[in-house]
Amino acid sequence: MKNLIDLEKKINSELTTKINRTEIRHNQIYLETDKDDLIDVVLFLKTNNYTKFRQLIDITVTDYPEKNQRFEVVYLFLSHEFNQRLILKYTIAENEIIPSVTSIFPAANWMEREVFDMYGVSFKDHPDLRRILTDYGFKGHPLRKDFPLTGHTEVRYSEDQKKVISEPVKLEQNYRNFDYESPWEGTKYIKEELNNNDKKN
Amino acid sequence: MTKKIKNLNLNFGPQHPAAHGVLRLILELDGEVVEKADPHIGLLHRGTEKLIENKTYMQAVPYFDRLDYVAPMNQEHAFALATEKILKIDVPIRAQYIRVIFCEIGRILSHILNVTTQAMDVGALTPTLWGFEEREKLMGFYERVSGSRLHANYFRAGGVHQDLPQGLEVDIAEFCETFPKIINDLESLLTENRIFKQRNVDIGVVTKQDALDYSFSGVMIRGSGVPWDLRKSQPYDCYKQLDFKIPVGKNGDCYDRYLCRIEEMKESVSIIKQCLSKMEKGPIKSLDGKISPPSKKEIKQSMEALIHHFKLFTEGYRVPKDEIYTAVEAPKGEFGVYLISDGSNKPYKCKIRAPGFSHLQSMDYLIKGHMLADVPAVLGSLDIVFGEVDR
Repeated sequence: MKNLIDLEKKINSELTTKINRTEIRHNQIYLETDKDDLIDVVLFLKTNNYTKFRQLIDITVTDYPEKNQRFEVVYLFLSHEFNQRLILKYTIAENEIIPSVTSIFPAANWMEREVFDMYGVSFKDHPDLRRILTDYGFKGHPLRKDFPLTGHTEVRYSEDQKKVISEPVKLEQNYRNFDYESPWEGTKYIKEELNNNDKKN
Repeated sequence: MTKKIKNLNLNFGPQHPAAHGVLRLILELDGEVVEKADPHIGLLHRGTEKLIENKTYMQAVPYFDRLDYVAPMNQEHAFALATEKILKIDVPIRAQYIRVIFCEIGRILSHILNVTTQAMDVGALTPTLWGFEEREKLMGFYERVSGSRLHANYFRAGGVHQDLPQGLEVDIAEFCETFPKIINDLESLLTENRIFKQRNVDIGVVTKQDALDYSFSGVMIRGSGVPWDLRKSQPYDCYKQLDFKIPVGKNGDCYDRYLCRIEEMKESVSIIKQCLSKMEKGPIKSLDGKISPPSKKEIKQSMEALIHHFKLFTEGYRVPKDEIYTAVEAPKGEFGVYLISDGSNKPYKCKIRAPGFSHLQSMDYLIKGHMLADVPAVLGSLDIVFGEVDR
């Protein structure tokens, strides 16, 4: 459908309970669903004549380590026919295994491998779930928020052993993350005065 | 009597001139026919996304130059657009024209490199020598506007860093007059060349459906006959005011993709010419002092400007909590940035969608059943640059 609002209505009326929330922002539709409904929702979006989201642009994950449902999985879709973009999301806990969409979109293969590599989220029924971007034998998942920016190991060529070896990172100076953000929110007495004024009103 | 013959496994790369960078391609060969291709990528992985999460919005821009390093400003454009949309700021019209000019220069840079090196992969040496002379001129323009030939760091949220230096417009206009002749020269070497055609026609054919399924974009999908270009379908900056055509292929083979790239270069020249003629004097960055830094002259005279300058280059600007996906038509295809801001001065997450990543993924499907000698031809026409594939 060319019109975003109609499209949102259509998706809501067809998928009803499978969609938790919809929103239109920045000319894109944001959908929230559940892990168990993922395959149905994606199939509907791809095949329905009113949606036709036939291209999967990307899959990624956002990490919120302080939340119970730590990871938010994000799928980006594009419909050439209607010139629309859609963002589909759901949240999962740390060790949950999520369904793979490789059977619907072959392009998802490497995207899911990247998510697995970077965030350690596993996929069910993925044909070839290996690491993709990191080194052979790499440990950890670099894009998690609790992974340090400097990493854990570094590699170098060892003249003694005549091969490339990896060893723990040694930094001459620790990574310094300066907090430049201004904490200033106004002085105390002004704040008190403002609060008092609010109470009076 | 029957003999059992084992398939041969061959390592193509990571050090191979036709791998266009650091690709390790493990090929399974039955005689000279490729049975399976397994690309191993990540040898140039630098953790761009992680680094961006730890930098302010302005410090994140240079990382985008280092993704697809043959067309740096096109990437910066995607990030600038994403930040602008969240900040809800307008870009002055002159800045839009400047950005489009340099994006099209980036497109020509990338296409020259791809067309000529792909020709070299299949045996033609001269186009590279001719094409690189032109690239040198274009990188000269980059240098004059930003101070560096490759890693420009020129686009900002809200506009560009500086105005064009004096005389640059004239020189770009002059280049637009001479360059079409060079394209014709390149074409006279390649388009009807018997060997070039034998190596490219009907090699690496992509059907329309597969182009969609494998999430192809850019020349890869247009070569297969899908007229999809973000500059037309979801126009950004001033592309709406410009008149240009989208070349579309017919058969989806390496040869059609080559033709598309040649035609796109001609269109880019015409876009640059239009921009130059429409451009007027005016501001080149947002007038919001909280986002664009003040000029040197202002800093000397105004206390407020000095404070703004100090705050912008230490704290940077804060971006309200939001999330957005923005894509631009980079020379290689749809380059997108999925940006999540949390109200602080650093992005909470910045996922980079690189077109080359999905293109390279289809290598196995494209090359199955082809001869070993076709591998460089197909790889060349995918237009892979490892800066963006590995990020």
